Amino acid sequence: MEPNDITLYALSTCLHCRSCKEFLAQCGCNYTCIEVDKLEGAERKAVLEEVKNLNPRVSFPTLVIGDTVIVGFLKEEIQEMLHSR
Amino acid sequence: MKLEELYDMLRRAQEPKGFYFNEDKEKVLDLLAMLQKNKESYGYMGCPCRLVSGDRNWDQDIICPCVYREEDVKEYGSCYCGLYVSREWHEGQIPRAYVPERRPMEKTLGPDF
Repeated sequence: MEPNDITLYALSTCLHCRSCKEFLAQCGCNYTCIEVDKLEGAERKAVLEEVKNLNPRVSFPTLVIGDTVIVGFLKEEIQEMLHSR
Repeated sequence: MKLEELYDMLRRAQEPKGFYFNEDKEKVLDLLAMLQKNKESYGYMGCPCRLVSGDRNWDQDIICPCVYREEDVKEYGSCYCGLYVSREWHEGQIPRAYVPERRPMEKTLGPDF
């Protein structure tokens, strides 16, 4: 089974994030999606701390593929990363 | 207000100022729907591509049109979420590059972080 080391930090209202989800689904990837705007309180704070460590701008989408962080829906970069695994 | 009405109203107001709607009308209507969703959730049209805190005063900078739109459209031809674009972008005269986040990280983290 393909390792599930892909995490997408997203917003439920963001179209760039939606494009990212659609593209990952097209690629048939298993991934974890965390919609940060749906979180509250301590959980939201903890996840924001995580995002901050990965992406100092704390912007969305923030996509983690293994050890690589891709900020924004950068289709070619994502495609390259997925194929190089 | 219906999305088409909001679309027409905003377009009439913004285009004369040099802020055109993305020609992908479906995407624009999607973005307007998300703005309306944020209005229902938080009471104000926070940018759909930014983390809305729920604190209207704190989020003054990202109430659409956000304060970052002008610089983003000037530099990249598009605002961060892609709702508003420049004439040049609109007419395909400039590349359609990714717009990085201009908002300071501390603002995104929210007033309680």
